[in-house]
Order: sequence, then C-alpha cells, then structure tokens
Amino acid sequence: MTEMNEAAPRRAVPLWAQIFVFAALIGLLALVGVTLNKRQQGTVQPGDQIPDFSMPLFSGYEYEGKSEVRFADLRGKVTVINFWASWCKPCEQEAAELQEAWEYYEPTGAVVFLGADYVDTEPEARVYLKKFGITFANGPDMGTRVSQLFRIKGVPETYFIDKRGVLRYVQVGPFLSVTDIQKQIDSLLAE
Amino acid sequence: MPRTLRNTKYVILLFLILTTLLASPAFAQGSNPPTDDEVNAIAKQLYCPVCENTPLDVCPTQACAQWRDLIRLMLSQGKGEAEIKQYFVDNYGARVLNEPPRSGLNWLAYLVPPLAILAGAFIVFRALRAWKKPATASPALQSEADAPADDYVARLEEEVRKRN
Repeated sequence: MTEMNEAAPRRAVPLWAQIFVFAALIGLLALVGVTLNKRQQGTVQPGDQIPDFSMPLFSGYEYEGKSEVRFADLRGKVTVINFWASWCKPCEQEAAELQEAWEYYEPTGAVVFLGADYVDTEPEARVYLKKFGITFANGPDMGTRVSQLFRIKGVPETYFIDKRGVLRYVQVGPFLSVTDIQKQIDSLLAE
Repeated sequence: MPRTLRNTKYVILLFLILTTLLASPAFAQGSNPPTDDEVNAIAKQLYCPVCENTPLDVCPTQACAQWRDLIRLMLSQGKGEAEIKQYFVDNYGARVLNEPPRSGLNWLAYLVPPLAILAGAFIVFRALRAWKKPATASPALQSEADAPADDYVARLEEEVRKRN
C-alpha cells in the first residue's frame, strides 16, 4: 500500500526563489515593524535634543524681520513652540494666555514664542490670529514637517525648549492659565 | 443715407456682434462659481489628515469644510486639478493623497499586493494540479494493489465461494 502513495517526482521551487521570497517577506515585516514602532513612540520626550529645522512664517508674523525661522538661530534663548489650528476649539482656550505670556517676556529678549499652524488654511489662520490679537512669530507647518519632527499627537501641544536646544516640558492640550506658562518659562530662564 | 455711412454702420454692428459672441463664454466662465460636484471631484481624491481614512468630500470636520472652500476658491481662480492637488501636498504632505505618489518606498503599496496575488494564485494552481492528477502507479504495483490485502481476506472469499 505504501508504494501507491509514492507520487511521481514533482518539480521543486528553486532554492534561489525560496530564499528570495523569504528575504522579501522578512524585509516587509521589518519595515512594518519599524513603522509601527515609530508611530507608537509618542511625542519627543523631555531630555531629547531637538534637531535643527526651519519653518516659513506668515507675512506680518515674521521673526526679527525674517520670513523664515531656523531653530538653530534660536540657541541661547528659551523657545516655546505652540502647535495650533484655526479649526481647533481647545486651541482657542489658550490663545489669549499665550499672547499674554508673550507680551510679558517679549521685552526681555530671552524668550521666543513660535506658533506652528497645523494643517490649516491661511485665510482662516489669519482670522484666528487677528481674533486673538496674536503678535508672536507664526507660520504654516508646511507639509507637516515640523509636527512630524515633534511627533505631535494633536493640537494644541506646546513644547518648551531650553537655551541649549533640549526639550524640557511638553504640554498636551490647552493651558488653563498664564501662570502655568510662566512657571515653565521661569524655571528655564533661571538656569 | 450715403453708401459709405451705411457700410460703416454694418462694420460697427458686425464688430459688436463678434465681440459679444467672443466675450460671452469668458464672462460665463468667470461668473459661474464652481459646482459642488466639481469641488467634490477633487476633494474625493484627497484625505483628511486630521481624521485619518476619511475622504475630504465626505469629511464632516471644520478643517475639511475649510479645505473644500479652498478648493472652490482655487477652482474659481482657474487653477487645475493637478495644481490644486500639488498645493495640498506641499502644504499638508503626501499623506493627503488617496493614492500615494509613485516614488521611494511607496512603490511597495503598488507592487506587493499584485505580487502577493500572483504568488497565491501560483500556489493554488500547483495544489489543484497535484490534487487533480494523483500519481499513477506502475502496472505491477497496480495489480499488486488489486490483490487481496491479506491472507485472511483471501481465505474468507474462498470460503464464501465454496458455500455458494
């Protein structure tokens, strides 16, 4: 009976093809793994050195007269980066507080406020800035490059970076008072 | 009426008719705002990056409503589909496109599914062929297979024959 089950020899898949298929599958799985890992990383963490980036600025909201700001040029100053959007209702809760804090620190020249307008349209962004009387540097996050760099999870999010370019504190969601903002900045200025 | 004056009148009339005819399409194009269908034809090719996996034409968020308004505005300014899509990619990144651009690792999205289907079809084809055509045994083996399985069965059959 055992002889009956003996099939005629079949052509096997060549070894090189088997190796190729397995290597491709492993490569694909590795790619999926890396991507998933990157997505689950969360925002940049306090203690991380923020890499250099540049961002265009809206006309009328330039930084020291320049239409583009480079993060490297902000070294030596405490930097506050606020991600917002005109369609974001929680952003409106903290807009006035951020402006108040900016007006408080602007004369010192030791603090820079930078607004990054996330996936927004310029006309609505301008209406928002005007509505809340915002005067600090603001610009569109073109291609979501800056928000991807910070791996933001939504808006509003505010990042406090010390004079050496190291992230020190992340505020996810809106600030409820100007005192909370000042507390973060003052501790960085005192260093 | 002198003949030259009559001719001049005809020329002026002809000029007015021609300029009206030539100008009217441009006037119509400029005055008619883009329809919702025209806006949605482009919007459905874009995705909302705020609420993922939602096409822009059906996305209910305020952000998407603003972007549809922006598409309408750009269409009324005479901008084409490719130009508008490029604007969105420049501003919000390539992830807003419903089809990833054919470059770099994005090629995997185009190549892997058809290759996987082909590989699957090949495996199924081989399996089906193996099931349909079972290996044919040699005649010697076949006759051996037809023989009673063991002595007990042979004797049993013999006994039955004798009784009949």
